[in-house]
Amino acid sequence: MKVWQCVVCGFIYDEAVGLPAEGIKPGTAWADIPDDWACPDCGVAKADFEMVEV
Amino acid sequence: MEEWIVKPIVVLGSGLAGYTAVREFRKLNADAPVTLISRDSGDFYSKPMLSNAFAQRKDAVSLIQTPALKMAEQLNISMLAHTEINVIDRSGKQLDTSSGILEYDKLVLALGADPIRISLQGNAADAVISVNDLTDYARLREALEGANSISIMGGGLIGCEFANDLATAGYEVTVIDPGTYPLASLIPELAGKQLLQPLAQLGVTWRFGTSVQSIDLASKGYALTLTDRSVVKADIVMSAVGLRPRIQLAREAGLEVNRGIVINDQLCTNDNSIFALGDCAELDGKVLPFVLPIMHAGRTLARILNNQAAQLIFPAMPIVVKTVAHPIAVLPVPRDLAGEWRVMASGTGIKMGFFDAQDRIKGFVLTGEYAGERNAMTKMLDTQ
Repeated sequence: MKVWQCVVCGFIYDEAVGLPAEGIKPGTAWADIPDDWACPDCGVAKADFEMVEV
Repeated sequence: MEEWIVKPIVVLGSGLAGYTAVREFRKLNADAPVTLISRDSGDFYSKPMLSNAFAQRKDAVSLIQTPALKMAEQLNISMLAHTEINVIDRSGKQLDTSSGILEYDKLVLALGADPIRISLQGNAADAVISVNDLTDYARLREALEGANSISIMGGGLIGCEFANDLATAGYEVTVIDPGTYPLASLIPELAGKQLLQPLAQLGVTWRFGTSVQSIDLASKGYALTLTDRSVVKADIVMSAVGLRPRIQLAREAGLEVNRGIVINDQLCTNDNSIFALGDCAELDGKVLPFVLPIMHAGRTLARILNNQAAQLIFPAMPIVVKTVAHPIAVLPVPRDLAGEWRVMASGTGIKMGFFDAQDRIKGFVLTGEYAGERNAMTKMLDTQ
C-alpha cells in the first residue's frame, strides 16, 4: 500500500484508507482509480496529473 | 519563415495560476512560443502545503515539486527567472524588464497577491513574518529553530492552518483575532466555534476580541501588547490577516483595476491582448484566491489563448480548511444572498446548510466527522 500526494494542492491519497466517501474502497491502488477521477481538493483530473509518491 | 517572427504569449508569474495557464495551453497547442517571467526562481511548489508542511517535517527545498529548468523543458517554454517587470508598454506591446525588452503577442498577468501588513507600534514592529511563498517559508523554518512560542495575528484560514500545524509540531501557539470566532469571514459562528476545542487540545491559546497594538523586544523573543492592554510573550510573531491582489503594474499600465485587476468572463482586461487570472484578478467584483477557481480559470484561459470559444463559468467550488485536528469544508455563500444557515446534523463537528427563500441549499459548512461529505453535498447542489 502506497501513499500519494497531489502535486498541485498537497492532497493525500492513502491506498490503505481509500476514499470511502467517494466510493473508493480501502485498499484501492492508485493505478485502479479511473482516469476521470479528480482530486477532491483542487479538481485536477487524474489523467492530467500524476500524483507523486510520498 | 514566418514562424520566426511570431511574438510569444508572455505569462507574468510562476505560481499555480501562471503554470496552470501554460500547462493547459500546451495541451491544446504544442508549438506556439510561450515565455514565462518570474520574479523568483520559477520553481514549482504547492502553495497550499506551506501551512501544512511543518508537521510533515518538510523544509523549503523538499517542498519544490519541479525545479524551474525542468518546468521549462516539460512545457517547452522560455523561462526568465529572477526578473522584475518595470513597465508594460501596451501601445508597443512590449515589456521593459530587468532582463531587457521583450515583445508580446498576448500577455497573461498571474501576479498573485501580497500579504496585508497591519501597521504596528513598538521597537520590533518589523519582526512580523508573513508566509506567502517558499522564500517566506524558509525564513519561518529558520526562525522556528530554537523557538518555543509563536503568536499568529489572524484566525482565518491561513492562521488556523498554521496554528494546527505548528501546535502539532510542539510549539506554543497563540492566535489573536479582533473577531469573536475562527474563520469568521468564511463560515457562521456555530461552525467556526467547532474549531476552538480541538485546537485548544493541541495547545493553541485563542485570544478573540483583541488585536496586537505594539511589539517590543523582550529578554527572550518579543512582548506583544494587545489592545486590551494584556501582554503576550512570543519568540515569533506571524501575520495572517489576508492578501491584497498585486495591481500596481496593471494600474500603471492604465488597465482597469478595483480590488483586483478587473477581468470579464473571457479573462480579458480592458486591453484585449492582456488577460489576468488567479489571486491578482477580479471577476464580477470578486477575487477568488483558492485552488479550484485557479484551475478553472487556467483551463478557460488556455482555450481563449488558443483562439477557441470559451467562457469562465465557475461551478460550486468548496474550500477545504486543512486543520487536521478538525478538518472543515465550506461552500461559501455570496454575502448578498437571502436565506439562513440551518444545522443539518451535529456530533463530533457540525453539518450546516444555507437555504434560500425557496428552501434550496446554496452553501454548506462541514466540520469534523462531516468534512468527508464534501463531494456528496456539492453533487446535491448540482442536482436540486
